[in-house]
Amino acid sequence: MTLRLPTGGLIDRSKPLTFTFDGKPHTGYAGDTIASALLASGTRILGRSFKYHRPRGLWGAWVDEPNAIMNVTLDGHEFPNCLATTTYLQGGMAARAVNTWPSARFDMKAGLDLFHRWFAAGFYYKTFMWPDWHLFEPLIRRMAGLGAVSPDHLDTYTSDQTHDRCDTLVIGGGPAGLAAAEAAAQSGQDTLLIDDHAQLGGTAHQLPQIDATPTADWIAQRQSAIEAAGGRILTHTTAFGIYDHGLVGLAQNGPFGTAPRLIRLRAARIILATGAIDRPLTFANNDRPGIMAVAAAAEYLARYATLPGRQIALLANTPQADTLAAQLTQAGAQVTHVDPAQSPLSARGGKRLKALQAGDRTHPADTILASGGLTPLVHLWRHAGGSLAWCDRRNAFLPGTPPDNMTATGAANGSFETDEALEHARATGQNTPAKRPDPKHHITPHWPAPGSKGRQWIDFQHDVTLKDVELAARENYTSVEHLKRYTTLGMASDQGKTSNMPGLAAMAAIQGRPIPEVGTTTFRPPFVPVPIEMYHGAHTKQLWNPLKRLALEPQHRAAGAALGEYGGWLRPGWYGKGDPVQQAQTEALMARQTAAIFDASPLGKIEVMGPEAEAFVNFIYYNTIATLKPGKIRYGFMLTEGGAVFDDGVIARLDANRFVISCSSSHVDSVRTHLEAWRQDGNDPDRIFIHDTTQHWATLTVTGPRARAILDTLDLDTDDFPHMSLRETSWQDTPLRLARVSFTGDTSFELSIRASKAPALWSALLDAAKPLDAGPIGVEALSILRAEKGFLMIGKDTDGETMPHDLGFTAPRQKKSTPFVGDRSLHTDKANAPDRKQLVGLTVPAGAPPLPTGAHVVTDDEIPRSLGYVTSSYLSPTLGRPIALALLENGTDRMGDTITAWHLGETRQATVTAPCALDPEGARLDA
Amino acid sequence: MQIFTCPFCGPRDEREFHFAAEAGKTRPDTTRQIDPETWATYLHAQRNDKGRTREVWMHLPCSELFLMERDSVTMEVFSTHPLRKEPQ
Repeated sequence: MTLRLPTGGLIDRSKPLTFTFDGKPHTGYAGDTIASALLASGTRILGRSFKYHRPRGLWGAWVDEPNAIMNVTLDGHEFPNCLATTTYLQGGMAARAVNTWPSARFDMKAGLDLFHRWFAAGFYYKTFMWPDWHLFEPLIRRMAGLGAVSPDHLDTYTSDQTHDRCDTLVIGGGPAGLAAAEAAAQSGQDTLLIDDHAQLGGTAHQLPQIDATPTADWIAQRQSAIEAAGGRILTHTTAFGIYDHGLVGLAQNGPFGTAPRLIRLRAARIILATGAIDRPLTFANNDRPGIMAVAAAAEYLARYATLPGRQIALLANTPQADTLAAQLTQAGAQVTHVDPAQSPLSARGGKRLKALQAGDRTHPADTILASGGLTPLVHLWRHAGGSLAWCDRRNAFLPGTPPDNMTATGAANGSFETDEALEHARATGQNTPAKRPDPKHHITPHWPAPGSKGRQWIDFQHDVTLKDVELAARENYTSVEHLKRYTTLGMASDQGKTSNMPGLAAMAAIQGRPIPEVGTTTFRPPFVPVPIEMYHGAHTKQLWNPLKRLALEPQHRAAGAALGEYGGWLRPGWYGKGDPVQQAQTEALMARQTAAIFDASPLGKIEVMGPEAEAFVNFIYYNTIATLKPGKIRYGFMLTEGGAVFDDGVIARLDANRFVISCSSSHVDSVRTHLEAWRQDGNDPDRIFIHDTTQHWATLTVTGPRARAILDTLDLDTDDFPHMSLRETSWQDTPLRLARVSFTGDTSFELSIRASKAPALWSALLDAAKPLDAGPIGVEALSILRAEKGFLMIGKDTDGETMPHDLGFTAPRQKKSTPFVGDRSLHTDKANAPDRKQLVGLTVPAGAPPLPTGAHVVTDDEIPRSLGYVTSSYLSPTLGRPIALALLENGTDRMGDTITAWHLGETRQATVTAPCALDPEGARLDA
Repeated sequence: MQIFTCPFCGPRDEREFHFAAEAGKTRPDTTRQIDPETWATYLHAQRNDKGRTREVWMHLPCSELFLMERDSVTMEVFSTHPLRKEPQ
């Protein structure tokens, strides 16, 4: 039975579109939504409710629809949570109702409704506590949800993100919005008008004429006038939220299946013309398919030329209902007016509505149009911080004290009469203060009646009934915020657009309090569901946190490097295609036997300059830096003010007023910020300068017994150049900083050169290394080499509580006389506690494999207690046995002790040693 | 999304800024004896004012720290001032 009228509406009858719903073929027209096409075809059941799987039809015609949620597949791509009332129809769509199987009409879980007595509010909280929620969780999670995301198209489903601004933003392209935007644009304001429909006009389409002009012409005139005055118009665009400092989030929808564009808009002024929605009447079985909002029926008739049904009971006493009744009668429907004040009210029929029972009288009907009055859409008003004011005459919350730079107009402002609304909107557009027009009609309140019989729905989508609200009140969940969370009222994907008002009115009635005293729940963005993808846009994967790249990356690739992320940098982990573990062993052994070349470019190179640089670095460092001579290097720690080790590394003094801080590779940004924070706090910032030159210089380390021979080949003079010295020299007429520092324990040179010159230096070093059976090594081998020496890596071998004396560096704590960051914290009870975790080495019995990193050292008590944990663990190719570092409670007093290491249920024995496992005398340093 | 005005770069998006500290804390002179309570207060005690606050923020692109007075409830920003000393 088609309900489509032969003429009228905004649909294009010359463009029929075929689609399927729950597998059954249907036809609609261009301009239809999925909902309007199904309604026109006489389909009454468009979905099932979330909890009881009750059959549901259309209540709304746009964003307020709670029931008709579908999975829609087009061109092989499936999209969940599509609201049938806002999804414009495209040919070839396959729509399927959510919460149903095999179809909305015949749903296997419909039997759940028979057990509704046991599924009241709080059912989950009370029932699935014993023996353990986690037993039930998988099943319940499978039953929940609104469709499934098919991951296959997510790679191409990306949102553009743009920024925009204007003088005046008008939200809503109905009669008031159009009038306001026209007035604003014509008074010289840079105006942007947005509307979420495909076409402007809003409820204007329901009116035959406006200002004595046919409606279509009136809308076209406003549109031309706005554009002629320089205003802009965006359709398909929803303002989904207003955030701090007036940021407006706009979602601009494209064709179905494409991600909406996010527009972050700043407007000097916002005019809210978002209109109003109908609120449901609460009576027995008020959720039956065929019960629709008066405003929705008016939209279906006006936009889609579709009747809501043939035999209609009109249960409303608003002026809008009278207008609609006349239109429906003219279109051929049979309309019976029923006063909602009659009691009791109930809907008769199951999947197909049979009648409206009002008191003693039965009104046969296939459709009930209901309205408890109009509720202004004040969501954005509340996002922006505006207050609400209760209006007794309209029985609604209206915009009260406005937020900064926002004005509401039209139905959003409680003006439901077109002429008054237009006058107010024009004044608002011109930025002239205008008084809210008085309502012509006094709406008789029809709120839920607690104690009345039958199952009466408050929240259609989440299946919250009047009895649930009564139960919540009995159990003392009387605050609306508690009511919401206990019953999930208003927590469905429609966010309570239809249910919040009846819900809080019911609670007010139960408690005998006035509605404004009960108040509303918090309105939060987004106004309509928007995809998560829209928020991140292109800022994902590599673009979210881009890797830092080495100047020598092409050379590493050519040398067969396996590149991986190390501390935010893409670095060679090892070279060659062999087993990574074996490859690192081979490289580490080569470094000990001949020499190795290592790309250390990510090492920090932060210069501190100026007449007060010396005092500044002396204050920043735990160690005394003031006594460092030009050309010399010192190892040291930076601490937090709480005394914990923040970073370690060497600092070189180039001259009296210039230092280079070589902080950890992954710490450069945080160290620079740390330095800046202290520089600007209590210092004269004009006498200290901080400059991060990390990426200007490439640094190549040459280490090993034959390191000196390699430098000789490059004609770099290493005579009279002791460990921990720095020399500014040149190579191939390019300045080169040559430093003697060692992270391996072997003779090492760090060669730093302009990044652009790095490839030449790299080639020269490799050419020199080759005849010596030396070559490049990656980060993995270096990690072994430094662990053999007991050299720590910050954040790996230390944690947020580690202080320098836990690492064996005690002198400055005892002797340094000038203040430094964290100084006082090194003398607290906690810093002096006898059970501090200290860095130690661990050895395992002969033949045992390496300890697992992260294994806990535990006591032998019946219930073991952790004494610390293994921070680094490797097989040492040089020593031919496993080595490990650990942070161990009171570790320095446990030297030689046998301890138990626990990991994933297995225990191992190990012996506590000093951290340094190789060459403790340091003989290799100057070999 | 808030807009803060860096005293050097002008109004910018909040994502360019980091909170540094509440304003008004002075580092105790650590060359003198400091009782544990004083040090603990300096390290850990935050006023966490509801309403009007004075805070130090860093504008990350230019690295300058500045004083910002704002309202922690309404998010209104009253003023921003450089910390830099005035030229003598």
